[in-house]
Amino acid sequence: MVTAREPESALALAEDVLARALRVGATEAEVLVVAGDSALTRFANSEIHQNVAERSVTINLRHVVGRRIAVVSTGKVDPDGLRTLVHRAAAIARSCEELEDWSGLPGPIIGTGAVTGRTASTWADGTAEATPEFRAEGVRAVIAAADAAGVMAYGAFSNDAEAIAVANSAGIRAAEGRTSAQLLTVQMSPDGGTGYAESVSMNATTIDAGAIGREAATKARASDRPVTVPAGDYPVVLEEYAVVDITDQLGYVGFNALSVQEGRSFAEPGRRIGSNLVTIVDDGSDQHGLPMSFDYEGVPKQRVTLVEGGICRDVVYDSQTAARGGRASTGHGLPAPNPWGPFPLNAVMSAGTTSREELIGGLERGLLVTRFHYTNVVHPKLAIITGMTRDGTFLVEGGKIVGPVRNLRYTQSYLDALAGVSAVSVERKTVRGFLGAAVVPALRIDGWTFTGVTEF
Amino acid sequence: MKDLTDRALDTAAQLGATYADVRVIRRRDESIAVKSGRVEGVAMGESDGFGVRVLVDGAWGFAASDTLELDEADRVGALAVRIAKASATALRNRVALDARPVANGTFETPVAEDPFTIPLEAKISDLVDADRAAGRVKGVSFTESMYAAHREWKTFAATDGSFTEQTITQVGAAVEANAIEGDEHQRRSYPDSGGGYQAGGYEYVRSLDLLGHAEEVGEEAVALLSAPQCPPGTRTLVLDPSMLYLQLHESCGHPTELDRVFGTEASYAGTSFLTPDKLDEGFMYGSELVTIVADATAPGGLGTFGWDDEGVAAQAVPLIQNGKFVGYQSSRETAPRVGRQSSGGMRADGWNRIPLIRMTNVNMLPVPGMSLAEIVADTDDGLYLANNRSWSIDDRRLNFQFATEVAYEIKGGRKGRLLKNCTYTGITYEFWRSCDAVGDERSFVMLGTPNCGKGEPSQTARVGHAVPGARFRNVQVGVGKW
Repeated sequence: MVTAREPESALALAEDVLARALRVGATEAEVLVVAGDSALTRFANSEIHQNVAERSVTINLRHVVGRRIAVVSTGKVDPDGLRTLVHRAAAIARSCEELEDWSGLPGPIIGTGAVTGRTASTWADGTAEATPEFRAEGVRAVIAAADAAGVMAYGAFSNDAEAIAVANSAGIRAAEGRTSAQLLTVQMSPDGGTGYAESVSMNATTIDAGAIGREAATKARASDRPVTVPAGDYPVVLEEYAVVDITDQLGYVGFNALSVQEGRSFAEPGRRIGSNLVTIVDDGSDQHGLPMSFDYEGVPKQRVTLVEGGICRDVVYDSQTAARGGRASTGHGLPAPNPWGPFPLNAVMSAGTTSREELIGGLERGLLVTRFHYTNVVHPKLAIITGMTRDGTFLVEGGKIVGPVRNLRYTQSYLDALAGVSAVSVERKTVRGFLGAAVVPALRIDGWTFTGVTEF
Repeated sequence: MKDLTDRALDTAAQLGATYADVRVIRRRDESIAVKSGRVEGVAMGESDGFGVRVLVDGAWGFAASDTLELDEADRVGALAVRIAKASATALRNRVALDARPVANGTFETPVAEDPFTIPLEAKISDLVDADRAAGRVKGVSFTESMYAAHREWKTFAATDGSFTEQTITQVGAAVEANAIEGDEHQRRSYPDSGGGYQAGGYEYVRSLDLLGHAEEVGEEAVALLSAPQCPPGTRTLVLDPSMLYLQLHESCGHPTELDRVFGTEASYAGTSFLTPDKLDEGFMYGSELVTIVADATAPGGLGTFGWDDEGVAAQAVPLIQNGKFVGYQSSRETAPRVGRQSSGGMRADGWNRIPLIRMTNVNMLPVPGMSLAEIVADTDDGLYLANNRSWSIDDRRLNFQFATEVAYEIKGGRKGRLLKNCTYTGITYEFWRSCDAVGDERSFVMLGTPNCGKGEPSQTARVGHAVPGARFRNVQVGVGKW
């Protein structure tokens, strides 16, 4: 039986499938096994309304015959299921055209050794063992904070445990247990205010649900009865919940070797893309984030400096983009087949020297933004993104918060935003974005282009 | 299969569930990705499992597993009850479901050519031919083409005796060309940037004629590099179905979901400006030309089925009637709160997710009179926008902004030069009220998206949209600094 608690069992299954694939004619093969237990308690209108749990195992086989490649996945782990899996993969591979520049599966990196087991750096029993009752207790603490402020609580408390194993014919053997937990809440007041707070951790027991509830409730009350300010250019302070969108979107459109090789990216080593206060790395070992030791090809994750003092230094690679680029994978591969290329999943932005009060105090007239909503790429090479503010936007004058404002739409180059960073906070938060969990500070940015307003 | 569904339901009932349902689902997916004439990926996936949803003490619980065994049905049924009891410790209003007839029967998507039995080599060849044709155009930097097929076998059973079996088959395909020069990256796709999708078989892929459109796709991508930037201003827009369907999706489909209205998506996707008081007052959402329905019976739609995931039969529900807001997409739990019956819109993304209110096929009905081409001929000065490139809307679905792959200037009733990087923005009801022409049956086409996101944990829904193309006045275009 393969379980999230036993990465060794996932690796044994991966090796079993690998042997089967080679027996039916694969010249190379890679097997990724993910076994997971996930649970999530969701609340709205200050009550639990959705509450779920699931257990699953997925096998992903990359089956190579010469330069012909097929990828087949299944959740069936019994002998019949495995037999079907490898025979289906072999048949598909025979039907495929050759991939001319196929560079082969990655091999082990000398000196790094295989990663096997559950380690304190990626696994916490407190998350793996979190019960429905534990999550409900956390939710009740959030709701109590909302009740005390006279607002309503909405949100989700989740815990995930998974075993990830990779075995390939080039000799890679990697297995690891990983856990993560997240509590987020939006709170809404009867007077039009909304607030947000979030905590992400490898260990669910370190999440202070009451504190998260109080942070969101305070913000919701502070944003009661917002007024409209006209669209236009404003200096801004972006809280950490907003900054994560900058690291995510730039990682998505730019810090990706495939986008560079296809000419779609702004990233170019040596190019200045930010003020000298901006340093961003991708670091799968950073304990403030959600660590992972290897990627979905089993390659150990390297620490990659994306931006250093505002200068673009590098992008992330998987095995195929690395081979095309004549260098080694940085350990950022996604499960095959992967038409998107490698992504930085562990962005870490360096802290600065400015307190939160000083960030806001430096705004002569500008806006304080809690977070963004529904952001999307308008122009990838210019990194122009549009989106809305949400859950607490405030006018600042003379370095003081004057009051809440209605939400605004922006259409803004995130590269221009990085160039305009004039202060970085001392404190950072771990925030889950769409590319993983990022460790980010709050930022003061000299100019931000708001292009519309909404009615709340 | 019935032994497993019976076992899960019996276990849940014995442990205190007053209502339970179970879905057993097997999915099969096949995809081909071609990039610059090379087959980059051929993938096939299979997944099966079951999910048990229970009501205990008026609270919901759900658990799922990929192990289809009777002992596991006991474990999962019991876990769902335990989770529901935990939910009950933070409950203010007990869940009450509307009555519905016991559901029994079968449904199967009509398929002329089974996409899973057509030889893989033939499907690859069709796609590669189209992709290479687009790539042969001088100036194209790279091409990307895709094909996908999806089949789902679903058994639904509930403690009220309901038992249904459905087989849904859907396919999609697209060809896309990209042209890059300096900081400019332009893309053209056919029929849609994420692929044209319908319920049905490979006959739909053949009907798209990717090869026949590939060269034009390449030529327009290259032409856009040297096209003028779409200037800012207030313009008349004619939206091609390839753009109109997403406008409909974001600014009518989502805000008419009743769970959003009641706040149960507030922490993620957001809420809705279409509050129940607007239903009571007959809020004018759009002009009198605008009629929109959620129709789970529409042929070819990604949201077409026999029963939803609560066992409610497929139906067509009016949302906007001649501009007036008249109805919601709803569930057995939410509909009674506005004095109605479920619209049959509860859909789950597989065996391991709970059903949520999701769009079925949210369609804008054609208006007799003018085809889309005749609307263009009737437009003296405007822009014709096709194929979405970027989308965003606020969390109550009021302020939206879209970008399109291409804009054609309309002068004197004729489509003229290309403009690049076109964006447009507005407020939902102001935009739809500015609609002064809607295409007729001749331009009415079924489109859709296979990746509508909602819920925590995240779910992806396959949603259909049949639209005819339409004209809108006084719309702000050319947003932002370029």
